[in-house]
Amino acid sequence: MYNFTYHRPATLADAVSLLGSLEDGKALSGGQTLLPTLKQRLASPADLVDLSGVPDLKGVREEAGGLTIGAFTRHADVAGSDVVARVIPALAHLAGGIGDRQVRHMGTLGGSIANADPAADYPAAVVGLGAWVRTDRREIAGDDFFTGMFETALEPGELVTAVHFPKPDAAGYAKFANPASRYAMVGVFIARFGASVRVAVTGAGPFATRVPAMEAALAASFTADAVAGVTVPPDGLNSDLHASAEYRAHLITVMAKRAMEAMR
Amino acid sequence: MANPNGIGAPVRRREDARFLTGRGSYTDDINRPNQTFAYMLRSPHAHADIISIDTADALVSPGVRHVFTGADMAADGVNSLPCGWLIHNKDGTPMKEPPHYPIARDRARYVGDIVAVVVAESREQAKDAAELIVVDYAERPAVASIRAALDGTAELVHDDVPGNVCYDWHLGDKAATDAAFARAAHVATIDLVNNRLVPNAMEPRAAIGEYDPANGEHTLTTTSQNPHVIRLLMGAFVLGIPEHKLRVVAPDVGGGFGSKIFHYGEEAIVTWAAKKVGRPVKWTAERGESFLSDAHGRDHISHAELAMDADGNFLGLRVKTDANMGAYLSTFSTSIPTYLYATLLAGQYKTPAIYAEVTAVFTNTAPVDAYRGAGRPEACFLIERLVDIAAQKLGMDPTALRRRNFIPKEAMPYLTPVALQYDTGDFAKNLDMALPMVDYAGFAARRAESAARGKLRGIGFATYIEACGIAPSNIAGALGARAGLYESAEVRFHPTGSVSVFTGSHSHGQGHETTFAQLVADRFGIPIENVDIIHGDTAKIPFGMGTYGSRSLAVGGSALVKAMDKVERKARKIAAHLMEAAETDIEVKDGRFTVAGTDKGVTIGDIALAAYVPHNFPLDELEPGLDEQAFYDPKNFTYPNGCHICEVEIDPDTGVTKILNFTAVDDFGRVINPLIVEGQVHGGIVQGIGQALYENCVYDEETGQLLTGSYMDYCMPRADDVPSFTVAYHEDAPCTHNPLGVKGCGEAGTIGAAAAVINAVVNALSDYGITHIDMPATPEKVWRVIHAHKPAMAAE
Repeated sequence: MYNFTYHRPATLADAVSLLGSLEDGKALSGGQTLLPTLKQRLASPADLVDLSGVPDLKGVREEAGGLTIGAFTRHADVAGSDVVARVIPALAHLAGGIGDRQVRHMGTLGGSIANADPAADYPAAVVGLGAWVRTDRREIAGDDFFTGMFETALEPGELVTAVHFPKPDAAGYAKFANPASRYAMVGVFIARFGASVRVAVTGAGPFATRVPAMEAALAASFTADAVAGVTVPPDGLNSDLHASAEYRAHLITVMAKRAMEAMR
Repeated sequence: MANPNGIGAPVRRREDARFLTGRGSYTDDINRPNQTFAYMLRSPHAHADIISIDTADALVSPGVRHVFTGADMAADGVNSLPCGWLIHNKDGTPMKEPPHYPIARDRARYVGDIVAVVVAESREQAKDAAELIVVDYAERPAVASIRAALDGTAELVHDDVPGNVCYDWHLGDKAATDAAFARAAHVATIDLVNNRLVPNAMEPRAAIGEYDPANGEHTLTTTSQNPHVIRLLMGAFVLGIPEHKLRVVAPDVGGGFGSKIFHYGEEAIVTWAAKKVGRPVKWTAERGESFLSDAHGRDHISHAELAMDADGNFLGLRVKTDANMGAYLSTFSTSIPTYLYATLLAGQYKTPAIYAEVTAVFTNTAPVDAYRGAGRPEACFLIERLVDIAAQKLGMDPTALRRRNFIPKEAMPYLTPVALQYDTGDFAKNLDMALPMVDYAGFAARRAESAARGKLRGIGFATYIEACGIAPSNIAGALGARAGLYESAEVRFHPTGSVSVFTGSHSHGQGHETTFAQLVADRFGIPIENVDIIHGDTAKIPFGMGTYGSRSLAVGGSALVKAMDKVERKARKIAAHLMEAAETDIEVKDGRFTVAGTDKGVTIGDIALAAYVPHNFPLDELEPGLDEQAFYDPKNFTYPNGCHICEVEIDPDTGVTKILNFTAVDDFGRVINPLIVEGQVHGGIVQGIGQALYENCVYDEETGQLLTGSYMDYCMPRADDVPSFTVAYHEDAPCTHNPLGVKGCGEAGTIGAAAAVINAVVNALSDYGITHIDMPATPEKVWRVIHAHKPAMAAE
């Protein structure tokens, strides 16, 4: 780890102002990706702005029938929240399956989506639920938030403050975990809002995206069988030591079927 | 009354309280006054000439005390790290043995090869400075695999090793084997890859070098399984330090699995640098360095054929194996695919003719050496896969084919066609015990039940025999071993009756502090609390060979018995004197020395006191004291054996294999502590399952970069990947040639498990027309088998 200057602002305004003024500053949330990266000397920000002292960034509340979750809310707090379990149980299930116990007690929602790891779980819910990502300056539609591998619509210095998840009539999430890292090799989030259905996939491609063919099939018949027949082409999917693009494409269909079976 | 902590008692490991409460003392826990920290700058290239190294900026970086390169070591006359086993080629010429310097001199030969060393006031400062070293490399093509190495046009890893071949060795009777094949009714064949593994001990390697100019003594504290071996190799061969001026300490060591047997460059570097710097020098590997530079395991490509008569009796076995040595020869690397592999190819079967050829090759990868099982898992995997393929071919039940070919217990001792003489073993009994434990008769119904749920169920068998406690020294020496293979022990009674045992064995997870103490408590009828086991320090213990190859109890325990025999002989004389009886009238039971036919008796504690306070003592006959030492050189290997059975269920949608049951019946000879034995079997099985389903060390074929250099990509088995195991053992065939009748249990689980798992996977996939799947049987590999055959299945 290289030396850096550590900041721990107590208010959101201070955090935003610091990140806006520092030439080479980086926000530190749960640190589950950033700290290992620093330890391996793969990144060398001059300043770290630790968000753990900002109370406004934490917590889960009901809003407009859905959920608004502060960016600094840890995965374990989402997984263990009675409110989340009642309003969007699939989201609690997703959060409870991220990483391992240690990761869930450190990692945060905002950190996860701002990092935009292609194999993270939360992006599937952000896209699959048509969430709104709130920042210090605007709201970004979930569909527009992820723009590439480790890339988002966030501008330099822009800080995620919360995510608003609309309440679906039903939702389900199933993932095939990478056997080594336990990240999502393929994760599929399905949500039904009245007659419309959203299907989002994480892990398979460079970033979380929707699968229109599956959405159409499920809008016609909201059953596991309806999606079991929809195949996804492997073009553009990730291919690595653990899974070829072809296998990932196959797993999308299998996990979509399982997400339907896990509908809650 | 039997000692509650004696032989056979499931005593909880006494060392665990220390480990579980963070009170262990591992090398990295140890800090020396005024110590400095070393950082190893490693080659980022798999194969590159080192044109120049500019250390000027590093030398003036904050906190830096020294920067060393290979040239500095060469100038000091530092030699190559030695290889401990000389193999001869088929034509009788010796193997190629290119030098392996602690710091590379003119060429880096794998990603991770050390090219420079920075010594600084802190780890971070050393690392900062290392980034300022400018190494001018001229890259060469990387030879990243066995296949690439043996391609006739391959780049040479060492200029003086033509074709990258270290040796071309064989064992067995070629003519007899060819004749067997000529008259065979059936031949089963297999081509397989035994996947390369990273050992992954929980504790990374670490070393601290110290030098005391007052008396010229060097001390190396290191994560080693065998401190005396390191002292001998490093002192005599690499640094030229006489042994009386070199102390090697291996304190608590957090797992080795073989990877901490070997003498590594870092040990020589910190020992040598401590004198140059004039201060202690400490190095601790980061996990990434462990992946790059711990000696790896396995990495074979084999072709094998089994000849049978019309009834399935094995007639002959022909094996051709290519084994990867990596870039340099690690300490015992050369013996693994030869004397620890090919000699085991008879397995449990009376195959009359066997011929094995082994070609060892150099590649631009980390050195490969012993890893839990070391050669024997490779042999077991090959034989047991081949036997399953044979059963499939003959349409025979795999247990029936095995039973037909078992060496019967009546044939013991049995000389195999590959040089070993099995002393005991009752292979049919292992199978007889195991089959009811897994309800083999009910398997068909279970398979049907899985099928009804859309799942594929399979059962797999593996019978194994291994050779532990390599010995005797004179035979091993004739076969090329450059060291003895005995063990030492000293039993030191103290005046008030407590005992310190000094053993040359080394515990790094095996539980010696408990098991060895049980032997002493049992023999002398004393509380186990009164016995301490001391190991791991060349300044304290007699010259010992350390722990590997499941040898500790069979060899080290036997040395301890011999030392206790000496104590008892002397104690008997003292007892006779104390009780004014003839020595021949003294009877000994549970540590009590009595005069036959009387109620007179003394305890070993009384005798110890008399020996150290010799006021009433036969001083004209005996020396005072009660402190005896013994060395034990075994007459033969020991031969643990067993039967492992695995039942799996495959999800055809994803290709995921779930292990439903794993049952092991083992014959370890006499069992001293069943709890520790069971723990060893559990751990071993998990490592075997790891190889079969999860673990795989992959180098990029083009660049020679290690692609699986962290736990993000190298898949270790987790607790939730495995079921609770069912294990049992029998003691009906104890070892015939050591005093305890013990055989060793440390590697057995790993040796049997991989074959049992893959046999189960192939069995589950039997409707898909395959006879083999290479390890690890990852979900995608399994899915591809199913997927490839889907059209054919649908058409049926």
